[in-house]
Amino acid sequence: MTSLAGCLLLSAILFAVGLAGALVRRSAILVLIGIELMLNAANLNFIAFWRYGPNPEALTGMMFVIFSIGVAAAEAAVGLALIIFLYRNKRTTDIDRVNSMRG
Amino acid sequence: MTWIVRNLWLIPALPAVAAGLSSLAKQGQRKFAASLAIGSMGVALVFSLFAFFHVLSSIHSGGPAREVFDFSWLQYGSDSLKLGWMLDPLTAVMLVMISFVGLLIFIYSTGYMAHDENFTRFFCFLSLFAAAMLGVVIANSLLLLFMCWELVGLTSYLLIGFWYQRPAAAAAAKKAFITTRIGDLAFLIGMVWLYSQSGTLLFYDGGAGCMEQSAIAHMVAQSTAAGMMVSTAIALLIFAGAVGKSGQVPLHVWLPDAMEGPTPVSALIHAATMVAAGVFLIARVYPLMSANGEIRAAMSSTTQLQVVTWVGAITAVFAALIAVAQNDIKRILAYSTVSQLGYMMMGLGVGGVAVGMFHLITHAFFKALLFLGAGSVIHGCHDEQDIHRMGGLKKLMPITFATYAIGMLALCGFPLFFSGFWSKDAILHAAQEWSVSRVPFYLGAFGALLTAFYMTRQVCYVFFGESRLSESMRHSNGAGSAPLYERSATPHESPAVMTMPLIILAACAILLGIIGTPAWPWFDRLLNGQPATVDGSRFYEAGVLSVMLLSSAIVFVGLGLGWWFYGRKPIASADAPDAVEELQPQIFRVLRNKFYVDELYQATFLRFNAWLAQVSDWFDRWIWNGAVRAVSYLVLGLSWVARSTDAYVVNRGFDEGCKSARDGGRLLSHMQDGRTQNYLRVVGVAFAVLVVFLIWGGSR
Repeated sequence: MTSLAGCLLLSAILFAVGLAGALVRRSAILVLIGIELMLNAANLNFIAFWRYGPNPEALTGMMFVIFSIGVAAAEAAVGLALIIFLYRNKRTTDIDRVNSMRG
Repeated sequence: MTWIVRNLWLIPALPAVAAGLSSLAKQGQRKFAASLAIGSMGVALVFSLFAFFHVLSSIHSGGPAREVFDFSWLQYGSDSLKLGWMLDPLTAVMLVMISFVGLLIFIYSTGYMAHDENFTRFFCFLSLFAAAMLGVVIANSLLLLFMCWELVGLTSYLLIGFWYQRPAAAAAAKKAFITTRIGDLAFLIGMVWLYSQSGTLLFYDGGAGCMEQSAIAHMVAQSTAAGMMVSTAIALLIFAGAVGKSGQVPLHVWLPDAMEGPTPVSALIHAATMVAAGVFLIARVYPLMSANGEIRAAMSSTTQLQVVTWVGAITAVFAALIAVAQNDIKRILAYSTVSQLGYMMMGLGVGGVAVGMFHLITHAFFKALLFLGAGSVIHGCHDEQDIHRMGGLKKLMPITFATYAIGMLALCGFPLFFSGFWSKDAILHAAQEWSVSRVPFYLGAFGALLTAFYMTRQVCYVFFGESRLSESMRHSNGAGSAPLYERSATPHESPAVMTMPLIILAACAILLGIIGTPAWPWFDRLLNGQPATVDGSRFYEAGVLSVMLLSSAIVFVGLGLGWWFYGRKPIASADAPDAVEELQPQIFRVLRNKFYVDELYQATFLRFNAWLAQVSDWFDRWIWNGAVRAVSYLVLGLSWVARSTDAYVVNRGFDEGCKSARDGGRLLSHMQDGRTQNYLRVVGVAFAVLVVFLIWGGSR
């Protein structure tokens, strides 16, 4: 197994774990953690292709990842704000209980 | 085409316009209605005289005797139905007679109907009648003649039933119309058949008319299924129409009942003109009546003319016998009219157009005179009509008596001075010479005897002796809607407006004889379109003098018998039995009951008709009504089916459809549980499936 393949495998496993967490966990915060994990898996993928790709000296991959981390952070902030407001209204973070948009 | 021939239509049109205008007049506008009627009739008379003199000058200058004006009435496809009018000697004499006699009767009516409140309506109907009758005589098309014929029948109905509140009058009007309708039905069938055979209903059309040589020859050559010539069959059908209209046996029953109408109506319609229309019709279609096959000799008579002669002869005697036993002054004259019409038909059959038509013309004048005289008598006796209750009027109503006597002698055929003698003589002479049989001659002679007898009886009862009016109680025999004014016991003479026409008609009754004597057969030659010469030696031709002597002898015997029974001793009282009745009560009773013909018809045809009406009613109620009801039930059933389909199938189906859509929706909405994580799971699975498909499916 090459280094690239190993990195990609790791990022795939991380993505799958993050996805599983986002889809299965009952607590809203844990869903956010799962989303973070997916984002980080994608970042890892970027780095792997930058490090083992054709142009390792350019800063392209690194800039991309820095943007991605920034966006992830902003998005986590927004998500946490939403959860705080949700808690204030519904007194719970259990997303299975948030079904008032039921049809 | 001279002016008068082109404008011949004005002659009937003017009285028609007068009728139309007076139908709009109110009941009080009597002078207006009467002057319209008399004025239009006067102008029609002037035009008729123009036409007559035109025909005369045409004959004398060798021009055509017959002029025709045809026009196209209805177009159908490339063909057209043509109508037209014609002017020939026959038309001309009829026009003058109708308008002259009509004018005199109109003037008389202003006096006779003066007390009637429906004066205006009377003159309206009279004008309409005059228009229709004039239309009958000028018609060149059998269709136009038939239309005017029907109109004449209609106005006869209206005038007989003029006093329609009287049930007897209404019934008589209905009887007249229905009886003549039977004849008219046969006439119509004959007319249609004639049209199919000859392709035209115009009489004369420059060679193509149905009375002209080619059409007649065509009809003679064909035979019906029964072996009769088609021309004979058509002629007999047309004759049936004349039988109805002219009151020949067996359709004579309406004429005596028609006396329920006012006396001027009886004079005009049922003596002088309408009943003469049947005789005129036979004269008009005479080429058809005398159409022979080549097999027969030229001089022998055709089948249809033999039928005409026999019917006429039988009618003449039948009606004369009945007249002997009647007690109503107008009934006697009515049966006399039927009898004289029989003579006219006989004359047409044995002697040709001129013989029959001459008697028609003379009869019109003296019969109108007799009827108007009877009207004067009725008026003078305050609406009494039973001759047993009259009497002594010779002194009390002298002018009426004198004119009535002249009319009576003309009717009997008193020799030499009276027109009736010459016209009846012509008929008897022709009957004597008839090649088929002598029996009509004997019947005619017997009828003449009876005529003299019953007229003498009537005159003796009405005019001679002492007045029996005072001993009668007033009873409802009197005619009409005259008001209940004082019934004085003394009859009085009628006013001048009624006696002047009597005098004029009496003069004509005498003078008309001159144009028909054998010495100067002016009338006969006129109808044949030739000028006539005076030749006294014609009296010595074979058979002329002997017939004249024989008929004179018959008249004297009849007058003598009548005087013997009724004139010798004055009639004692109104209730005294009739002299002949004392002699032969059973025969007299049969005659007085008119040979029970009405009762026979009642028991046979009328009962059958009533039964047929009941059958039709049953049919209508059960069969036609049933069919209509069945159709309506069918439609109701169909509508029920449609309604149920709509309610249970269409609506239910739609509702079920909507319900399933709603249920499906409800099912699907379960998927939307409001939990975002579930939605994401679905997205995830779907994404994975899509990727798998794209990588392994799409790349192939």
